[in-house]
Parts: sequence; C-alpha cells; structure tokens
Amino acid sequence: MSNIIAEVDVLVIGGGTAGPMAAVKAKEKNPAAKVMLLEKAHVKRSGAISMGMDGLNNAVIPGHATPEQYVKEITVANDGIVNQKTVMAYAQNSFDMINQLDSWGVKFEKDETGDYAVRKVHHMGTYVLPMPEGHHMKKVLYRQLKKTRVEITNRYMATRLLLDEQGAIAGAMVLDTREGTFGVIRAKSVVLSTGAAGRLGLPSSGYLFGTYENPTNAGDGYALAYHAGAELSGIECYQINPLIKDYNGPACAYVTGPFGGYTANSKGERFIECDYWSGQMMLEFYRELEGGNGPVFLKLDHLAEETIGTIEHILHTNERPSRGRFHEGRHLNYRSGMVEMHISEIGLCSGHSASGVWVDEHAATTVPGLYAAGDLACVPHNYMLGAFVYGKFAGESAADYAAGREHAPMDERQVAQESARVLGPLNNADGLPPAQVEYKLRRFVNDYLQPPKITRKMEIGLQRFAEIEADLPYMSAANPHELMRAMEVHFIRDCAEMAARASLYRTESRWGLYHYRVEHPEKNDADWFCHAQLKKNDAGEMSCFKRPIEPYIVALDEEEKDAYNRMRIVKQAAVA
Amino acid sequence: MPMTLNRVAVPVMVDEEKCIAEKGCTVCVDVCPLDLLAIDLLKGKAYMKYDECWYCLPCEKDCPTQAIRVDIPYLLR
Ligand SMILES: Cc1cc2nc3c(=O)[nH]c(=O)nc-3n(C[C@H](O)[C@H](O)[C@H](O)COP(=O)(O)OP(=O)(O)OC[C@H]3O[C@@H](n4cnc5c(N)ncnc54)[C@H](O)[C@@H]3O)c2cc1C
Ligand code: SF4
Ligand code: SF4
Repeated sequence: MSNIIAEVDVLVIGGGTAGPMAAVKAKEKNPAAKVMLLEKAHVKRSGAISMGMDGLNNAVIPGHATPEQYVKEITVANDGIVNQKTVMAYAQNSFDMINQLDSWGVKFEKDETGDYAVRKVHHMGTYVLPMPEGHHMKKVLYRQLKKTRVEITNRYMATRLLLDEQGAIAGAMVLDTREGTFGVIRAKSVVLSTGAAGRLGLPSSGYLFGTYENPTNAGDGYALAYHAGAELSGIECYQINPLIKDYNGPACAYVTGPFGGYTANSKGERFIECDYWSGQMMLEFYRELEGGNGPVFLKLDHLAEETIGTIEHILHTNERPSRGRFHEGRHLNYRSGMVEMHISEIGLCSGHSASGVWVDEHAATTVPGLYAAGDLACVPHNYMLGAFVYGKFAGESAADYAAGREHAPMDERQVAQESARVLGPLNNADGLPPAQVEYKLRRFVNDYLQPPKITRKMEIGLQRFAEIEADLPYMSAANPHELMRAMEVHFIRDCAEMAARASLYRTESRWGLYHYRVEHPEKNDADWFCHAQLKKNDAGEMSCFKRPIEPYIVALDEEEKDAYNRMRIVKQAAVA
Repeated sequence: MPMTLNRVAVPVMVDEEKCIAEKGCTVCVDVCPLDLLAIDLLKGKAYMKYDECWYCLPCEKDCPTQAIRVDIPYLLR
C-alpha cells in the first residue's frame, strides 16, 4: 500500500516567492480549505529571494506608467511573442500587490511625499522600484503563512504529479530528502511554483552550484508539468544574463543604472543604449565580448563617493550579499576599477525571459486542476512582482477548483512505478555518482545548446542526452541527500531535451541571443509569428507545435515595434 | 564499479569555540537552501558536509553566535 503522507485540498509545490503567496491567497479565498505548502528546502530561506531582493524590476505604478504602456514594453522586449492578456492581468494587479506588500511591512523606496520612487531602466517606460532594505522579504512572507495557518512541509521534494483516469490532478508524489522515503500527497488541486530551470548550463567556472539562479531550482516544475501532460511554451527563448565574471551573480545594472553606472567595453565606452535585460541587449553584449572590444565591464568608477557608498550598501547587504566578499578577494574597489562582466550559462525562466509552463490569465495550465506561477509559468519578463501576482491568481484559482470536489481515486500503478524510479538509486549499492552524471550532462548542454545555435550541434546534443537517459537507472545514491541530487539530474536531463527540441523546431532567429540560429539568421514573421509549444503526446514522445498568438489587446505602432532592435549605440560621424 | 574519493576545500568554516550545536542549535542546518550543513554528533559542532554552495549566506546571517564564515568557493574566488 502507498505511504499517504497527507490529504489536502490545495497543494502548493515550492515555497520560494510565488508559492507562499499562492498558499496565503488560497487560504484567504477559502479559510476552510486545507492548504499545504511543500518545500524542498526550508520556507524561511528558500528560493531566489532567500536573502531578499534589491528592487522590483517591473512595478506598474499610476503616475509613472500605465498597464497599457507596460504591455507594450514587454510585447516589444519579447519580440512580439506574448499572450498580452496574461501580461495585462499582471500589469493591472501590480499596483495592488505593491500596496499589499507595503502593508505587510516590505520597505520600498519612497520620495519626500511618501510616493514610490520609481526609476527608469527599461528602453521605453519607468518601472524599477528600489528596495534598499529588501533583505527581510522572506520574513514578511513567513509571518503571513503563520497568520493564515498554512500547513508547511519543509525538506520534501515533489518528483512527479499524480493524475486521475481523465488526466486531471490528483496530487503529487514526493521524496523526504532527509529520510530518503517516498510518499504520496493527495490533493484536489496543485499549484506549481518551483522556480526556474537554473541548473541547466554549466557556469564557466565549472562549479556545478555557482549558477545565476538558486541551484535548488533544477527545473523540477518544468519536468513535473511535462510528465503530467501540460503544454509548455517558448522553451527556445533561453535565459542568458550579463553577470559578474566568475562570481556569476548580477552586478547589478538595474541598481546602478539610475545612479549613473553603465555597461562599458574595454575602452570604458558605452555600447548599448539600455541595460534592461533582453535577448537583443545580450546579443550586443555577446558581440562586444567576442569582437575586439571585450572584455565588457560595469563602470562605476566615475561616480561620486556618496553614490558609490549607497550602491555598496545595496549590493553588499541584499539579494547576493557575498558580492562584496568576492570583490574584496579580487582587490576590486568600485571607486577605482570596473567590474568585469561575462555571459551566464543558459537556463529556462519566464521571470527573466519567456520559457515556461503555458498559463492563462488565471494561472491555469492545460491540465485540469494544475496551476503555475513564478519563474516556471510562461508570462514573459515577470520577475519577482510577477511571481507574487500570479502566485495570488494561482492560489485563488486552485482554491476555487478544489471547492466541493472529492479526492480522485488513487492509481496504485502510477505510485508503484514512481516509487521504483525514485528509490532505485538507494538500492544500487554500486553505480554512477549523481554529481558525475550531472557534470557530464551540463557540459553537453554548454557544448551543444549554447547560442549561437547550430542545427547539427543540437542534433548531436539530443543523441548525448539520450545516452545519459540510458545511464540514469544506473546512478547510485549513498544517502538521502545524494538521492535528491539524483532525482534532480532526471529533471535537468528533461529540460535539456526540451531546450534542444524547442530550439530545433523554431527555424528562424528571434529574441537576439536567446534564440540566434546560425542557419536561420533572420526573423521570419510570416512563418513564426506564433508561440512554439512543447508537450508529451499520446505516444509519450516530446512533440512541438504552433499556437497562434491571440489578437493584441494593445496595438503597437511601427516605430515602437523596433525599439529593442536598436540597442547598439551608433556613433555619429565626426563633423568635419 | 571502482570508486575514489577526491579531496575538496569547502567554503564554509565553523568556529567551534562559538558554535553551540551541543546545546541543541541547528539553525544553519535548518536554513541552508541546499541542505549542505550537518551536526557532527560526536563533537557537537556544525560542519559543511557537501561542497554544493551557492555562497548565499543564510547560514552565516542566521547563526545566533556568529560562528559561521562563508568564503566564495575556491573555483570562483
Ligand atoms: C540573483 C537573482 C537576482 C534577482 N533580482 C531581481 C530583482 O532585483 N528584482 C526582481 O523583480 N526580480 C529579481 N529576480 C527574479 C525573481 O527573484 C524571481 O523571478 C522570483 O523570485 C521567482 O519566484 P519563484 O517563486 O518562481 O521561484 P523561487 O522563489 O526560486 O522559489 C522556488 C522554490 O521551489 C522550491 N522547489 C524547487 N523544486 C522543488 C520540488 N521539486 N519540490 C518542492 N520544492 C521545490 C525551491 O526550493 C524554491 O524555494 C532575481 C533572481 C535572481 C536569481
Ligand atoms: S547556527 Fe551557528 S551555533 Fe547553531 S549550529 Fe550552526 S554554527 Fe552552530
Ligand atoms: S552559503 Fe548558502 S548554500 Fe552555502 S552553506 Fe550557507 S546557506 Fe548553504
């Protein structure tokens, strides 16, 4: 018989940013509902915001920006491929969410009159709201979880979703990462909020865990959704970020930009107009690095002492506070030197770019009873505030779906199969160490998937990923911790295959560096002005197909459409 | 399958004079997002068990006795 750990109405998987919000909002929507928040780490310090955040990247605040302007900006930044309805739903709820967080005790920067002090970083509009004291974010969320009496289960990892006979959600199968035991949580609806696929590419340092994203996020939710039959979208639109070389964290231009810092080449000259992260910007960054003008730097040494002090305070106490320690070790002082920058490993993340599980404006996926929010849900450039807003949508939708429903009968066959898969490595006394398999897999990801994308390379990559798939049952785990890592390797491999197949499918170039295909260098709107979806088909194979773009609700004019394609600073010819 | 153990320098140092794990503290073990720390039961002190660090610092910031110092992992330093 299966080990049933709990029976709940709403199960939220992933307690980082979107997850706690989803759980709180599900509980507020229906206080009688049993809501469980399941977390691989510990909710107090988990996820991308474990040490807080230094600002909102996409605040839509009346008086500074309108939802329509924001929808335009993201449509253009994401090269036209957006379901505007989902972006609009975010934009319209963004301000209420800021006020909600403010009332919970999150400290945003305000001006003398008490208004939010928004800054311009994007190409067109003004959306960045600093949080110089943003390090307490997780504490604020934890207080709300306790207040609303959400049941928290730490150190458990979901390995597969459980489905009923019709393919609707029936719960999740989970691993106790401390004890190495397997169990089932029955649930009437599930919210997925497990963050980005952050352990896909290998950082150039070679350190497996020196990733841009919190490395706990191995792409679990992408694989969970895929195996449950959900549609994914924009997987070929990778996440690639400009980061501090070796440290591999943000520098961060959004913080420093409004103070006068900027990205410069080795001559100390600006070469991009706008530091907002987009594929188009990354392409110019790549060209500068590869051309004769690299390395690329973040330049701050021209700023006043007081300004640099402020920047140091924000960057060295918040978000990635070990930045200061890194610079110290390299004898770098912002006052006298520039910060050397580099291009990150590839990842999947809709928080930054656009790859994710397909959702509508209520956070519903294509699987009945399954909702998704945060970095793994396809709402382009959604960032932290998007995780909160869609967390709210997902929690409320999941509570409504669960209301008045019975638990689906348990399919013992699914459970037995999954139990054998998950516990396998513990029973292999002798076999491949998960870390070695992961290293090889992620090196192949770099070798074959990193843009510029080349058809033949990606095809070879697929062969290598298939060979690794055949190795997976031969992994052995010496303890529960290694078993968790072994299961993550399965997720990473699934994401690698998705990245290759989706990239091969879209035979054009789009989103600058994110999907730059050498054999198809031009954007081709005639054939590819559409979403590229990916899904497990009835034969159990990974398949890709097109989904038309819903008619825009906010029209773009021709001039705006091209704004993000004019990133490079064009030098004026000297006047004779 | 023949195996070997490779030695690696880990980035987290615990000052055993300051660590009060023997009195029941497990804060750093609880908060680490990657679950890398453990208590050595014989010594009653915390230590880094796995070299999989994101140099994110919750262990250091939340330790009640400031016993932890996180360095940038050697490969990135
Ligand atoms: C270094 C960095 C800097 C950033 N800076 C900014 C910024 O300045 N402004 C901004 O707006 N945005 C910023 N972002 C983006 C923002 O932080 C994210 O978009 C947002 O936090 C994502 O929330 P999430 O809930 O999707 O993921 P997370 O907060 O990462 O949460 C995912 C959670 O799921 C858990 N989990 C994973 N797999 C499983 C599993 N199988 N079972 C159970 N639990 C699981 C993880 O442990 C984690 O707690 C930054 C991101 C990073 C990484
Ligand atoms: S938090 Fe500090 S005192 Fe507590 S066990 Fe860890 S190192 Fe020791
Ligand atoms: S720095 Fe972060 S990942 Fe490293 S041991 Fe401390 S809490 Fe864990």
